[in-house]
Amino acid sequence: MEVASFRKKELISNYIILGIFAIVSLAPILVLIFNAFKPAVEFGTNPIGLPNNITFQNFPDAWVQGEYSKIFFNSFKLVFGTLILCISVSSLAGFSLAKLNPKGANLVAIYLLVGISIPAQMFLLPLFLLWKNLGLLNTHIGLIIIYSALNAPFATFLIRSYMIRLPDELFDAAKIDGANIFQQFFRVAIPLSWPVLLTSALVVGLAVWNEFLFALTFVQDENLKPISTILFAFSWRFINNQALVSAASIMMVAPVVILFLLFQKRFISGLTSGGLKG
Amino acid sequence: MKIFLNKSLIAWYFILPVLLIHLFVIAIPSISSLALSLTDFRGMGKLNYIGFENFNELFDDRYFVKAVYHNIIWTIAFLTIPVFVALVCAYLLTGIKRGQLFFRLAFFFPYMLASVVNCQIWKYLFSPIYGIGTVLSSFGLDLLTTSPFTTKEYSLFAVAFVDGWHFWGFLVVIYLTGMYQVDSSLYEAADIEGASKYQKFRYITLPMIRPVLVFTIMIITIWSIPVFDYVFILTKGGPAYSSEVIGTYMYSQAFERFNVGYSSAIGTMMFFYVLIIVGLFGVLRRLGWEV
Repeated sequence: MEVASFRKKELISNYIILGIFAIVSLAPILVLIFNAFKPAVEFGTNPIGLPNNITFQNFPDAWVQGEYSKIFFNSFKLVFGTLILCISVSSLAGFSLAKLNPKGANLVAIYLLVGISIPAQMFLLPLFLLWKNLGLLNTHIGLIIIYSALNAPFATFLIRSYMIRLPDELFDAAKIDGANIFQQFFRVAIPLSWPVLLTSALVVGLAVWNEFLFALTFVQDENLKPISTILFAFSWRFINNQALVSAASIMMVAPVVILFLLFQKRFISGLTSGGLKG
Repeated sequence: MKIFLNKSLIAWYFILPVLLIHLFVIAIPSISSLALSLTDFRGMGKLNYIGFENFNELFDDRYFVKAVYHNIIWTIAFLTIPVFVALVCAYLLTGIKRGQLFFRLAFFFPYMLASVVNCQIWKYLFSPIYGIGTVLSSFGLDLLTTSPFTTKEYSLFAVAFVDGWHFWGFLVVIYLTGMYQVDSSLYEAADIEGASKYQKFRYITLPMIRPVLVFTIMIITIWSIPVFDYVFILTKGGPAYSSEVIGTYMYSQAFERFNVGYSSAIGTMMFFYVLIIVGLFGVLRRLGWEV
């Protein structure tokens, strides 16, 4: 669909301007990709161009030197742990707010909205002290609980706004067939809501994968750190070997790129519809 | 037994888990922060009530004042450059069919990448040993011979640039969605009147997408205060506090110096700032601003 129709001559200038911004967006990332395939000796003579000699050796080197098999396992554990906890509590709450309309549901919505806007710095330190006393520092479950709480309001609203459009007749029919509320939730609401569950899972998973501040604060044990804080340390450790650092960065980005290309519409609509998560 | 299965109660059982984890992670620590901000607690030992002394001290703390000033510059920078560029690009995108998807994905892509990766990319590009500077100097241009991240005059702007580079594509998508909701007959009418591209933008697009525009202005105003990742990763607030923002200053007070009371006071002020901004936009909406 064309909104503002442009004349032919204008079209060319449109493409030129947009092209320049596309280069600004993508060229830095391309340099990173080039560098990941360059031998370390080439950086002195060819810092930002295409590699003259393509090598794949940087990837296994970075993988071994950074112990990335352990790191990937840590990050996957955090992502899937958060998805299980966050999406289940959010779909329960989303279902209730959409279909059961308990008294005071508005208060819950307001509470969660206020919760979203609280800056992390407000509760970071007391949370740290609380987690220390509960023995949750330097544990994955501690971080999973934090990530679930941070992302649950967004997921709850997203799921609620989808479930609210499911026709009530479906639930009435299930009720007549003798389904109680839990069965209505598991057999009717959840199977019909898979698109929104997938969107929420992608957005929440991305947030956890990329998260830095809480990972930095709550996990100091090198063996338990996720990929974001490890890459931060790795980039300082190997500051003189940019080939390794670039390869390590690409390893962090690769899963995101693959999922993004598969589910770009979902990612974009999920991330912008929330509009409330950084 | 029956009373526990009352329909309204069951509805609350469904909400309970979310409320519970939210209470533990966000509500209780936030309230503790409010209380701790009135004490001189330093992580261990005795805790004394000192009233608003932490807040008084903050106004005299020249590093804190400097950080606030940097956050104001940051907010203004984000409210102007990315918003302007994103508006222009979104508007130009509405006029093309071929390649629109490509541009949209290209602009949005950096938004998906981790802050650590984006910072790594730009630290490299701005490095005097490897980056753009070496290429420029081979053409005889002595720009970027030192990294702007380590230069006092430029560090804040360099960090803001990287964050803005990653963020602006998000705005493009939001504005584009808004622009597609504008009734196309308005543009047809303007075409008949012989309106220019700029006139159509100024008198049709801009007023029609005002709700979206106001929404993005609100989130930028809110998000510019707790910025942390990009500053911490690129400069840690340095050199010599030249890129220190409230978020990184609070972090160093909390986790390097363990001034629990003092850093809670900083967190509390950030919270009230957000509350005021949200309230302000709420009032504007009440006044019929359609935001």
